[in-house]
Amino acid sequence: MIRLIPRIENSNAMILLSPLLALTFTVITAYFIFASILVDIEVSSVFYTLFVEPLTDSYYISELLVKAAPLMIIALGLSIGFRAGVWNIGAEGQFVIGGIAGSAVGLYFYDVEGFWIIPLMAIAGILGGMFYASIAAFLKTKYQVNEILVTLMLTYVAVLFLSAMLQGPLRNPSGFNFPESRIFHDSALLPIIWQGTRVHIGLIIAILFSFVIWFGIKRHMLGMQIKITGSAPRAAKFAGFDDNKTVWFSLLISGGLAGLAGLFEAAGPAGQLTPGLPQFYGFTAIIVAFLARLHPLGILFSASLIALTYVGGENVQIDYDLPSSITQILQGMLLFYFLACDILIKYKVVLFKTIR
Amino acid sequence: MNYQLEINNITKSYGDLKANDDVSLNIKPSNIHALLGENGAGKSTLVKVIYGSLMPDRGEMKWLGKPYSPKNPFDAREQGIAMVFQHFSLFESLTVEENIVLGLDGVRLDENFTEQIIKYSKQYGLDINPHQVVGDLSVGARQRVEIIRCLMQNPKLLIMDEPTSVLTPQEVSDLFITLRKLADGGCSILYISHKLEEVRQICSEATILRDGKLIENCIPQDHSQQELAEMMIGKKLIQLARSNINTGENIFSISNLSQKSDDMFGVDLKNISLSVMKGSIVGIAGVAGNGQDELMELLIGEITSPPGTLSFKGGDIGNLNSHERRQLSMFFIPEERLGHGAVPDMGLNENMLLSRPQKSQMTSYGVIDWQSVERLTQKVISDFDVQTPSSRMLAKSLSGGNLQKFMVGRELIQSPELLIVAQPTWGVDAGSANNIHQALIALADKGSAILIISQDLDEILTLCEQIHVLSEGSLSSAVDMKEDGLEKISQLMVGSES
Amino acid sequence: MNESLLINIIIGISIASVPLIFAAIGELVVERSGVLNLGVEGMMIVGALLGFVVQFHTGSPFIAVLAALLGGMAIASIFAFLTQFLLTNQVATGLALTLFGLGFSAFVGRGYTEETIQLITSTHIPVLSDIPIVGPLLFSYNPLVYLAFFMVYLVWWFLFKTKQGLILRSIGDNHDAAHAIGHNVIRYRVMAILFGGAMAGIGGAFLSLVQVPIWGEDMTAGRGWIALGLVVFSSWQPFRVILGAIIFGGITILQLHAQGFDIRISAQYLSMLPYLATIIILVSLRMRAKNKTNRTMPNCLGRIFHSTT
Repeated sequence: MIRLIPRIENSNAMILLSPLLALTFTVITAYFIFASILVDIEVSSVFYTLFVEPLTDSYYISELLVKAAPLMIIALGLSIGFRAGVWNIGAEGQFVIGGIAGSAVGLYFYDVEGFWIIPLMAIAGILGGMFYASIAAFLKTKYQVNEILVTLMLTYVAVLFLSAMLQGPLRNPSGFNFPESRIFHDSALLPIIWQGTRVHIGLIIAILFSFVIWFGIKRHMLGMQIKITGSAPRAAKFAGFDDNKTVWFSLLISGGLAGLAGLFEAAGPAGQLTPGLPQFYGFTAIIVAFLARLHPLGILFSASLIALTYVGGENVQIDYDLPSSITQILQGMLLFYFLACDILIKYKVVLFKTIR
Repeated sequence: MNYQLEINNITKSYGDLKANDDVSLNIKPSNIHALLGENGAGKSTLVKVIYGSLMPDRGEMKWLGKPYSPKNPFDAREQGIAMVFQHFSLFESLTVEENIVLGLDGVRLDENFTEQIIKYSKQYGLDINPHQVVGDLSVGARQRVEIIRCLMQNPKLLIMDEPTSVLTPQEVSDLFITLRKLADGGCSILYISHKLEEVRQICSEATILRDGKLIENCIPQDHSQQELAEMMIGKKLIQLARSNINTGENIFSISNLSQKSDDMFGVDLKNISLSVMKGSIVGIAGVAGNGQDELMELLIGEITSPPGTLSFKGGDIGNLNSHERRQLSMFFIPEERLGHGAVPDMGLNENMLLSRPQKSQMTSYGVIDWQSVERLTQKVISDFDVQTPSSRMLAKSLSGGNLQKFMVGRELIQSPELLIVAQPTWGVDAGSANNIHQALIALADKGSAILIISQDLDEILTLCEQIHVLSEGSLSSAVDMKEDGLEKISQLMVGSES
Repeated sequence: MNESLLINIIIGISIASVPLIFAAIGELVVERSGVLNLGVEGMMIVGALLGFVVQFHTGSPFIAVLAALLGGMAIASIFAFLTQFLLTNQVATGLALTLFGLGFSAFVGRGYTEETIQLITSTHIPVLSDIPIVGPLLFSYNPLVYLAFFMVYLVWWFLFKTKQGLILRSIGDNHDAAHAIGHNVIRYRVMAILFGGAMAGIGGAFLSLVQVPIWGEDMTAGRGWIALGLVVFSSWQPFRVILGAIIFGGITILQLHAQGFDIRISAQYLSMLPYLATIIILVSLRMRAKNKTNRTMPNCLGRIFHSTT
């Protein structure tokens, strides 16, 4: 009989091993599932296209980084909230609202040149995301309404709002009635850091944030406040931490970062505001955060891994005519296995001899 | 000799820890048999084995002469063994009759059943209303529900785990009448307790466990309380007394503090008033559930108090949170260790940061100096004899006694001018409890003021020279110990409760 | 507004509420046992897909609904295994379930986006269905509609009139006490989770078999999440689920009709109504209960049960 015995200390070996174990299990299971469904396709070559091919070509790598940047930024914000037990599931909605807000600023100044336009747009994006998340913060602190449902419902509202904006005030006046904004002018486009690709400054910002947050978590009382609130709320009160402040802080920072990522996406790879802005980054970032066990530096890696599956997934779509949902299945499976293997960190698996 | 229950050579290990090491004991019919021992001695484990919640590694049992090895509590109940749990297995959102039917097997809830409940309640003098929701009941009433639930099984053996730890003296007498009735009717009772005076009052035999082993089977009345305690601990107790009582001026006062409880099941505090002098140890006695939790929340600062109700060193502190109060040299040790006084999943060093007055220099402008923290943690560990392999040991992995010593040390190391502590030695082995008491006395001797809230009357009587009683949210004035103090205290604890 | 339009609206509301009733009543049982399963959306969409695909291939609605039920249970079992045996975080696992369900159904359904199927037809009860007004209003629905209302009654009866239901409620209240008495906490929770999966599956199948005869990746459009809100709205009382579902069904239908009525609000803002309404109702519930402890919420909801034996 197999028993789970709690460990005295978390196993350091397992902290590194379990994500790798989860990845291995995912690949194996996915292999078998796909082998049985896709009868006329060579599954191993599909896997090659999915996992390996994107790393072989600088173009693909650049696209990987383009996708990784927003995931990193959003996941960093989410990880803070998750540590505190504040579940912002609607980052996608804050992403969209931030994108709208920042784009609106850029479009407002469409005939003005200046280096200050992008920072202004970024601030607008952050504020937009913060404002949207603050609704949930307010409802949670004042009325104890669960933030999962509120942020989620607001996501649907945000996407509809985007559509309304693109058919109304933000529509390109000379654009044949398509629900799209003007193409952003030069001052409103993010600087590219890798010439010839779409990799923009957002990547640098993401990496910077990850170090700042890492420092904050490890060396600053705010980090302890977050961790203690999430782990033992009564102890947090005992230490003098204000629960409401923690909730506001978590939601504002995750909303702000999601909003910033939204602006970066609109002003970077897209170059305009379109209905295609929501690409589920807000949801996928949740997986990214968990896969990294909420660790800021780990998020850099898990975001890259997930971005890899996105790029690979697109190629698989093109080469083998398979739907993009294949990536979603992989990501869901990865998260399942990851959660399952996580238990090895806290518990030892022991085989018991039963008596009688 | 026909024994009700025979236990032979029971051994049960958890990894390296032998919770029960070759334990044998026999219970005679119609007997009230005590099971004595410190926390961690192995009482709970043995009892779980008897009740079928645990399988022993070795050993065997006989019930009414026949081999007995229950696989789960259903088996035990089927054989006629019932158990009243220490922390009550009751469901707060359900009614009394629903709670009772859940503990019985093969019965449904209908009018017949409700009538049965009333019948048993009258027969044993245990007053309850079957339709009330358990969440609304007092602690004494809840225990009556637990007991009736067991009695309706018509048990031949009733196991009671620390039954009087939450009862007033009057409720304890009532309970003893019920127990004697039961025993006379043919049901044996296995009575687990650390209240030695009570054990000597009601139990005809006692088995003493220490560190998992059987130490002694004896007749409690043949020994003094002191002797029994020493058998439990295995060493002589240092007699504590405060010889050096030197009180100074008033340092802390509570004036007419009233607070309505937010919680439907909480206690409203009414006009609490109290003064604490420097160098004195003040005690608030009373059983749990009379407002101690609510009062502690206000004293720590987790809830703000109205202006003019709390004053420390001459200043109004009602609206300061706990962190701000610590800056003034006021420190706290709450009753609940894991989850309140310490974060279970964090190491001792991280837990140091829960209590951070400015002068400790563990942080500056919010940035943590981990070396400072480590140094302080090590000091606490060595000065207060905390048994732990490292300063990073997770709080949940420490034994109750060691964690309590850590928490006491964490606060004492700041040289508090006022220390407020609730249940300082609850669930702590006698050795550690003694250490803690000595530390508290030493602190007061140096001129600090201490306020202790405790259910343990012995503790209060040992340490405090000024004693109040908290009952149903009201605080008595200081009891004059020279004039029948103990009796007055018992009366006050009962208060106006029926 | 003429009479037959009113009748059509009421019928429309009843039908729109059915998937919500199924999903919510299933999740209610799960939450009463102390478990929070955020994967309702994923289980519903898998049910919708399986119902559609099986109906397409077999033409038998009965087998299709059965397949949806089993499919919902099957992926719910992943959640049950992870949360009850491997003690994983319920929020994260539920989210993973939703993502996986959405991806899985989109993937398997990729070949069916162009197809249509036979809808399940309404029943025709002789005599009763022909009564003017009352006939169409009460007696002319397809069997699944009646099943939904019956399940609510069944759940109420189970929870409040049987001992097993009492045990399940006690587990949600205090799983440690229930365990100490000897009840098998994990077994009850696993059964509850599987039941929730079955109900969500049927609810999803209703969408693709009754409401619209096509398959689309986003068919559920957040109904699973609204169902979660409904459970809170109902204060975990079965009959109130019907009330909540009708309110939401009502808002959805009225919003569609409002577009037809030429009301000068653009379609997007009207479409926002159900989601905004969910939030507003949750807030108003809290505002009313502000000074009382929430006694109806299962005390152990979301907490992990650590067996100490």
